[in-house]
Amino acid sequence: MSTTTPSSVPATDASPGTGSVNPSDPSADEIATLARAVTGAVDLDDAAWRRYLHGLPGVDRVGADARAATLGTRSIKTTSKAWALDTIIRMVDLTTLEGADTAGKVRSLAAKAVRPEPDDPSCPSAAAVCVYNDLVPVAVEALAGTGVKVAAVSTAFPSGRASRAVRLADTADAVQAGADEIDMVIDRGAFLSGRYAQVFDDIVAVREACHADGRDAHLKVILETGELVTYDNVRRASWLAMLAGADFIKTSTGKISPAATLPVTVVMLEAVRDFRAATGRQVGVKPAGGIRTSKDAIKYLVAVNETVGEDWLDPDWFRFGASSLLNDVLMQRQKLSTGAYSGPDYVTVD
Amino acid sequence: MAAQSIAAPGARLEVRKTYKLFVGGKFPRSESGRTYEVADAKGRFLANAALGSRKDAREAVVAARAAQAGWAGATAYNRGQVLYRVAELLEGRREQFVAEVAAGEGLSTRKAEAAVSAAVDRWVWYAGWTDKVAQVAGSANPVAGPYFNISAPEPTGVVVVIAPQTSSLLGLVSVIAPPLVTGNTVVVVSSEARPLPAITLSEVLATSDVPGGVVNVLTGRTAELGPPLASHLDVNAIDVGGALGADGLAWGDLEAAAAENVKRVLRPPVGDREPDWTEAPHPRRILAFTETKTVWHPKGV
Repeated sequence: MSTTTPSSVPATDASPGTGSVNPSDPSADEIATLARAVTGAVDLDDAAWRRYLHGLPGVDRVGADARAATLGTRSIKTTSKAWALDTIIRMVDLTTLEGADTAGKVRSLAAKAVRPEPDDPSCPSAAAVCVYNDLVPVAVEALAGTGVKVAAVSTAFPSGRASRAVRLADTADAVQAGADEIDMVIDRGAFLSGRYAQVFDDIVAVREACHADGRDAHLKVILETGELVTYDNVRRASWLAMLAGADFIKTSTGKISPAATLPVTVVMLEAVRDFRAATGRQVGVKPAGGIRTSKDAIKYLVAVNETVGEDWLDPDWFRFGASSLLNDVLMQRQKLSTGAYSGPDYVTVD
Repeated sequence: MAAQSIAAPGARLEVRKTYKLFVGGKFPRSESGRTYEVADAKGRFLANAALGSRKDAREAVVAARAAQAGWAGATAYNRGQVLYRVAELLEGRREQFVAEVAAGEGLSTRKAEAAVSAAVDRWVWYAGWTDKVAQVAGSANPVAGPYFNISAPEPTGVVVVIAPQTSSLLGLVSVIAPPLVTGNTVVVVSSEARPLPAITLSEVLATSDVPGGVVNVLTGRTAELGPPLASHLDVNAIDVGGALGADGLAWGDLEAAAAENVKRVLRPPVGDREPDWTEAPHPRRILAFTETKTVWHPKGV
């Protein structure tokens, strides 16, 4: 891992999908054309998708687990660790997804995302604040002009069990309210029962809603890997989502256990790497849920660097969906700067 | 030996014990993987003990913090029962403790037995204090108004104890039992040269009703484990007495490090000599790790 320290100024205008790799956002037609070219099917029906997705190379589960375990043994120390901690902060989507969320809680979370360590101006801002749809206006107001993005979980999150019309209305609502990023869930029931075309069309339609009225909300597609059962399914769902135009693929809602795991993230990283090699389009990855310690998060950074390289070691291409992770990173940061172990009394309770 | 006569002519294979740390109710090896040799009073090899690192210390504080609310939330009566049960189990391991104290401290068997008896009695004495300390240290204060004004001692939180270097069981018991009485949780750094009674005590605690994490035992170099614990911001109090006689460590340095977050510090007695642990105990060791909470309540008459 590089030990150079990048600028601690948070990313402000560079956004997923606007980097040099992806010159322009493809239209729905271009997406369908690309999907036809990649799958080799004229008609993108369930049978065509099944032929293509089930023709993807299988994932060696034992091998993937072993690979992830090996990546988890790297020891990252001193300047590399300091760089990793700041990078993790810049990659965090600070998340609150509770039924008991209030406007006040979202505002305090937004303040924390902008200045995670109020005493220390060298501490970077988080990447985004991730909230439920109805709290988007609160977050937008609190984060205006800060460079921190607002992400909304839409499409009947977390189950996604609503009609397409309702899910699209949900998305349009969040986009209208000013969300910069939409986290959608796929219909796992449809995916698991082989109705791939329906899942594909869902994602394309939500993507259209993200771009309605000249807006440009970026789309993160949640695969909910905990419900997909096998790594083969994770790989298939990753390709399906990427071919449907996802800007990011995200592991989990955080409402299902297991949420993000290192092997699943490695499988998804391999998918985005192969996808860029095949199509030239770069897609981001966001593990979410269950990452609570700096140590775990650093393992993910190692996995990113080893699997897809430094191109993805950036908040535009890799994010953590987390709430308690940030506090642990801040405590580790304090330990590095003062030499004394810190405690939960010295970070905010949220 | 009986075993040899049964297995003669070949001697029975020795079943050797792996000495480990005690953190969060479990027995982990040191994160560092290191061990060090423990010798008896005459310098002969006794055992290999885990050489704890500052990361082990950090884990121990996390475990102690997690256990603190539950231990403090137990009723005083219940804490007394739990601590008394520890004394019962200490008594059950008497022979092992006597052997370890005799070897480690170079005492005759008779003197070692006296030390173990005193340690068990000390534990029972402190166990009795759990539901009495509030009566002694608390008070109903007279105030100029129609209010009840009541002060009561509460636990400080996570207490780090640097255990005495010479008195490996009686001294150890005399310093870890007092903070437990009121509901503190303890991270204890055992005697560097004589850790075996502390390790056996951790096995006693693991099989007693003391919840995991209430007592955490670290073995290793006092000079390595003391400073990170003294400067740890999630520790509320430290007993630095055991730094007396520890290699390369002054208790004053620990006190200075502890000042960063204003920990309570229990200093060694004036004169910088390890106390005579056989002297009658005093509840001041309990009260050293308490905070006084005072409430005002209208009388409503």
